[in-house]
Amino acid sequence: MSGSSSSSVAGRDIVALEGVTKRFPGIVANDSVDLSIRPGEVHVLLGENGAGKSTLIGMLSGLQQPDEGRILVDGKPTPITSPRHALALGIGTVFQHMMLVPTLTVAENLLLGGPWWQRPRTEELAARVAEITSTLGITVKLHAKVSELSLGEQQQVEILRAMVRNSRLLILDESTSMLTPKGIDELGALMRRLVEQGLAIVFITHKLKEAAAFGDRISVLKLGRKVGEIPPERFRALDEQAIISEIVELMFGKQKDDPEAVERPVRTVRAEAAPLLQVTDLAVAPTDNAPGLSSISFDIRPGEILGIAGIDGNGQKQLAEALAGQRAATGGSVRLEGVAIEALSVGERRRRGLRYLTDDRLGEGTVGTFPVSINFFLKQVGAAPFWRGGVEQRGEIDKRAAELVREYDVRTPSLKTPVARLSGGNIQKVLLARELAEGAKVVIFNKPTYGLDLANTLASRQRIRDTAARGLAVLLISTDLEELLSMCDRVAVIANGALVGTVENTDDARTRIGRLMIGLAA
Amino acid sequence: MTGLFSEVFLSALLFGAVTAAIPLLLAGLGEQMSEKAGVLNIGIEGMMLAGAYLGFVGAFYSGSLWLGFLTGAAGGVAVALIMALLCVRIGLNQIVIGIALTLGLEGLTALLHHFQFSRSYPRLPAADATVIPLLSDIPVIGPAFFKHHLIVYLAVALVFAMGYLYRRTQLGLNLQAAGDKPAALDVAGIDVIRTRTIAVLTTGALAGLGGAYLANVGAGLFIPFITNGAGFLGIVLAMLARGRPVWVLFGALLFGVCLSLTTAMQVAGINIPTDIIQMLPFLAVMIMLVLFGRRASLPAALGIPYERGAR
Repeated sequence: MSGSSSSSVAGRDIVALEGVTKRFPGIVANDSVDLSIRPGEVHVLLGENGAGKSTLIGMLSGLQQPDEGRILVDGKPTPITSPRHALALGIGTVFQHMMLVPTLTVAENLLLGGPWWQRPRTEELAARVAEITSTLGITVKLHAKVSELSLGEQQQVEILRAMVRNSRLLILDESTSMLTPKGIDELGALMRRLVEQGLAIVFITHKLKEAAAFGDRISVLKLGRKVGEIPPERFRALDEQAIISEIVELMFGKQKDDPEAVERPVRTVRAEAAPLLQVTDLAVAPTDNAPGLSSISFDIRPGEILGIAGIDGNGQKQLAEALAGQRAATGGSVRLEGVAIEALSVGERRRRGLRYLTDDRLGEGTVGTFPVSINFFLKQVGAAPFWRGGVEQRGEIDKRAAELVREYDVRTPSLKTPVARLSGGNIQKVLLARELAEGAKVVIFNKPTYGLDLANTLASRQRIRDTAARGLAVLLISTDLEELLSMCDRVAVIANGALVGTVENTDDARTRIGRLMIGLAA
Repeated sequence: MTGLFSEVFLSALLFGAVTAAIPLLLAGLGEQMSEKAGVLNIGIEGMMLAGAYLGFVGAFYSGSLWLGFLTGAAGGVAVALIMALLCVRIGLNQIVIGIALTLGLEGLTALLHHFQFSRSYPRLPAADATVIPLLSDIPVIGPAFFKHHLIVYLAVALVFAMGYLYRRTQLGLNLQAAGDKPAALDVAGIDVIRTRTIAVLTTGALAGLGGAYLANVGAGLFIPFITNGAGFLGIVLAMLARGRPVWVLFGALLFGVCLSLTTAMQVAGINIPTDIIQMLPFLAVMIMLVLFGRRASLPAALGIPYERGAR
């Protein structure tokens, strides 16, 4: 894998962790972790949510200091005291949570960090970006405001930023979670080119296939401890399946197969049943940096899951919001059980059974500082029996919330815990419980498993399948093709705000969807 | 009523408007920088008072207005240092500390003034005006806008300097990032605490200068509580200006006209109760808030102390 050019520099650690321990109130985030990061290697850090990956990254990038143990840079013990220090040492990080200033343009974000007395060197940057993006195969709108980019586009900007800074160690924290299959492959190829030039990469993921496909060395973290490592020699000796089963053994110590591969149960959708949701020629006007929607038409029958595939930022969010009533449509009709609802308000659509699970769980999905219990009823504030005469009925709320916590297996210390303190997976469960509650008929899921760990991903998918099995109509928007193929009855492909084709989920669906996504006819 | 529309009256009204606007402008520009960087500076009223007092004392004993401006700015910076230490470095609540600083400085400057001058209110000689040739010969406008102390022109030039700073310089980017997403600035390798400290100290200097101008040029003397809410008007201006210095200028001039009108109408002896006339500037604030308030946009991290790695 690594060429002979890199083997001359390989063998010595750029950065090494020795017995690093980090504690936060109540938890040990990292417990005596050893790690060696070498030039010419993609070092994959695998672990579920809460395994301590983010804390490890925080210490490497100078945001946090270890309580015990030491970090060696080029063989010398070096406390990384600040992010600036980390950058000076050549450690560039693409964080899982966006580290871009939303009110500035992409160019301005890339320029951030230059000497303050200088004028920002815009022309120089543009040339450098053009050079990098051509090898990356991405296009970046330098003059768009970051707040107007999709999450996936923002992530591309972050990767670009680390490249612009000439890092010699690049840390990618869950960088593929927002990318398309093609984008992920491209990132993999890019990582390969970079390590061949002698760069070291730490690649954090919880997708086993990515780990096996892109890694040279894999370290597995579990509850803050490193539970195993596959060194490059061994890595090369194994094929992909063998690596995956070895990782699964390390992570779960039980199943051998790819746990994400779930056989899609054959559901029988009654073709003669009247569609629950009928969308005809839906259109939304484009904004400065978001595509509009044009002539979107589809039907979903009871018990059916319709997938929306496509590269992120092609109008998925606009589609979801237009259906939910959060974005004004400029034309077309939306019928729920045959009744036109396109003129109704968000609340009225919800009352009639149209539910929308946003991908922005903490932003528009929940109120982070409110307790778990209230978050279950955010969309029913003021409604009986939870509110009477404008007064909160604590008893009713807590009773129902406790039921939902049990039913949806929300792991929360108590009903009073502010929802933002829960993990992503549990916040998602709260949203699921709220949106699937009584009266749901059509449910729109926007990237329902984005950023969740394996266990929660599987649980969410099962919940969506159950939803359809109950006879509801499901619209599943996802950039994860595997997810769509494992769940949907039909998959429509969205590109530039229009549906370019719909594919029955049969054996050759993967290639047909792929062709649609890259602009070829199915 | 004829007096109201005479050339002399109009030009005096506008002259007064400019004089009244300059402290608001300086305070507004200062507050704007602080807010851009994410620090809500309610202590700005206190900084202005410190500037007014020390500016007056400096000018009174040295006989030099310029030295007075310098000591005034230094006074504002001294108060800002406390603010930077407590709110930026230690991360205490910006609103509480801001109010405390304002109240503290109101008392302190009144007390010091009382000790020094007892109940006498010595005056400074009238400030020398820098008359701009040709332009000052234009009727009405000339005497109103082009016969001011040099610092007035400098303050207006500062508006454009600030605009350039925010739009075209690295420091401007850093300031905005510190207010909108400090964590992003931090991982870009720029010290958020330092960036915010620079902003707060600059605010102090500008507010102090504004206070000194108010006392030394506007009034020619120091009296306790002389700022009379000018700092708070500066906060309103900064919030309504949405980060654009030139809007601070327009806003300051508008308020300046109102403040000047209160004086002018009293002088002109119009038969309206003084109380109503004195309400005018604050009525203008309310009208502006109603008209433009919803367009105010504030930085996302405004008022939130930055702590690295906090979750």
